[in-house]
Amino acid sequence: MTLLDVADLRLSFGGLLAIDGLSFSVGEGEIVSVIGPNGAGKTSAFNCVTGFYRPSSGRIALRGKDLRGLRPSAVAGLGVARTFQNLRLFGELSVLDNVRAGTHLWLRQSVFDALLHTPRYRRSERECTEQAHHWLDFVGLRGDRYGPARALSYGEQRRTEIARALARHPSLLLLDEPAAGLNHGEKAELLSLIRRIQNLGVAIVLIEHDMGLVMEVSERVVVLNFGREIADGRPEDVRRDPAVIEAYLGGEPHA
Amino acid sequence: MKGPGQDPAAPGPDSALSGSDAPPETGAPQESVPSPGSGSPAETGSAPGSAEARPPGGSRATGPKTRLRGTTKPPTVASRLLQNRWAGLAGLLVAILAPFVNATPYALSVMTSAAIFVMLAAGLNIVVGYCGLLDLGYAAFFAVGAYTSGVLATRFDLPLLATVPAVLVATVIAGIVIGAPTLRLRSDYLAVVTLGFGEIIRITANNLEVTGGPSGVYGIPHLVDGPVAFYYLTVAVVAVAVAGAARLGRSRLGRAWRFVREDEDAAEAMGVHTYRVKLAAYIAGAIWGGLAGVLFGAHLSAISPASFTFLQSALVLMAVVLGGMGSMPGVVIGAIVISILPEILRDLADHRFFLFGVLLIVVMLLRPQGLWPARSKEALK
Repeated sequence: MTLLDVADLRLSFGGLLAIDGLSFSVGEGEIVSVIGPNGAGKTSAFNCVTGFYRPSSGRIALRGKDLRGLRPSAVAGLGVARTFQNLRLFGELSVLDNVRAGTHLWLRQSVFDALLHTPRYRRSERECTEQAHHWLDFVGLRGDRYGPARALSYGEQRRTEIARALARHPSLLLLDEPAAGLNHGEKAELLSLIRRIQNLGVAIVLIEHDMGLVMEVSERVVVLNFGREIADGRPEDVRRDPAVIEAYLGGEPHA
Repeated sequence: MKGPGQDPAAPGPDSALSGSDAPPETGAPQESVPSPGSGSPAETGSAPGSAEARPPGGSRATGPKTRLRGTTKPPTVASRLLQNRWAGLAGLLVAILAPFVNATPYALSVMTSAAIFVMLAAGLNIVVGYCGLLDLGYAAFFAVGAYTSGVLATRFDLPLLATVPAVLVATVIAGIVIGAPTLRLRSDYLAVVTLGFGEIIRITANNLEVTGGPSGVYGIPHLVDGPVAFYYLTVAVVAVAVAGAARLGRSRLGRAWRFVREDEDAAEAMGVHTYRVKLAAYIAGAIWGGLAGVLFGAHLSAISPASFTFLQSALVLMAVVLGGMGSMPGVVIGAIVISILPEILRDLADHRFFLFGVLLIVVMLLRPQGLWPARSKEALK
């Protein structure tokens, strides 16, 4: 069943066409990678899906519901979570608080609960902390989770960002270059983490430059170049596609 | 505090994720050595006022596997004494005992003004400290509260307490009217626009007939008889206000405020409706400021536009920055310093504001993060 359906998406900044007719779909629980050279429009496509950019035209639907024109927080409320290409943790807040951000949408607690410290407040705070610990365990965080997030190592911050997104209980997770800057061992751990996330039933769209990782985990690969989709298929087919090889290695453009 | 029998699976509201406790694959390294933090005495005494309350019976869903606690150190005795609840009770005790040290009418008046100033600073701390919205016109809400209660009480011969509901309505409306258009702006632009609104309110009060023009409103009735009783009433109201603001800061809404302060886009991506959350901070700040205005009118029995100048807004902001933005104990201390220090320096006559300024500069040079800054490190329970 189709979870995310993007059809004929176009996005322009003034005269520059950043995305020119992108179409792809993601099924429930599927892992789809979006690859392409730098500036191909991958992150722009993410920003369109999550509501940060307004596409010029095209269709974006999650389980048949139109996502265009919604605030990012409303898109998040429908079950889309994302990470950012450049880490966007709340640096001064504790690691636990960062993951607690993921619980914001489903935590039931009113202002009066908070002022009066009602049993419901205590229960929801406890649950929120338990969930934060749970997802930090899930991503295998070893650093100090009571300290500020900026004190974590780069790889640990990447994990925290994924934990924060998972605490939202999303049905679709958009990972923007999760392997960037990770060393070999951390990449292996990321691979196993992505598989574990898939086992939860969460669909993943992955933007990644690390071809080893992409070919290993993806069920389908969408290739972008200059805002245009040049291939969409199984990893082994995409790898042999002449248009893809040309985009990555260069060559005479076809007419 | 490990309860293996209780609730072994982490609660997962989304059924799709209920299988999420699956054993991690080899990729996730486990530390089987119990870290110093787990099961330490710090976990047993969970105070209702501590950073986030956990009833003593509540156990984290530890289950059979060992938690990866990382390198957490147990808190020292001193750091636990400095936790908000004990600091708050100590502060309240000082406020209760202060009149026994010096109860001259002058001293009582200074202390009452200081307490009202603490309430203002607590309210601005919600806006600036928690939510990171630089508001340079906070005196506007102070004025709305003071004028609403003062005008209603003198015109209709109402007791001051009866004006409080109207004050709440007026401050919420003021918060929405000022906040709704300005909160679409960010950082410097927001500061400039709030500065403008602060002046608009003051100039409006200066020119309307109903507010008494430049001479203001006088003959505002007292809330209670006698300066001592009024001092204790003020302390009680301010204590509740400070505790309430601190509790809001530790709630779901308070966390959302901090997320907005740290990174608005990331907060939005996590499902925080940033505009609504900022407006909530603004309205909360307006209510705190408005209620402080009621106390202010009752204290002085007369108000005029001269009390609600930009200097007043700047002084409250200074109290928040001096104490430590986002730290309620710090902000209370900052407010007391800002309101009492000029009185202590009174013997210096004309030089006192010069020395006041020098002292503030020295403090900010020595402790740029504030006298009692908010800690990034989360307290263990």
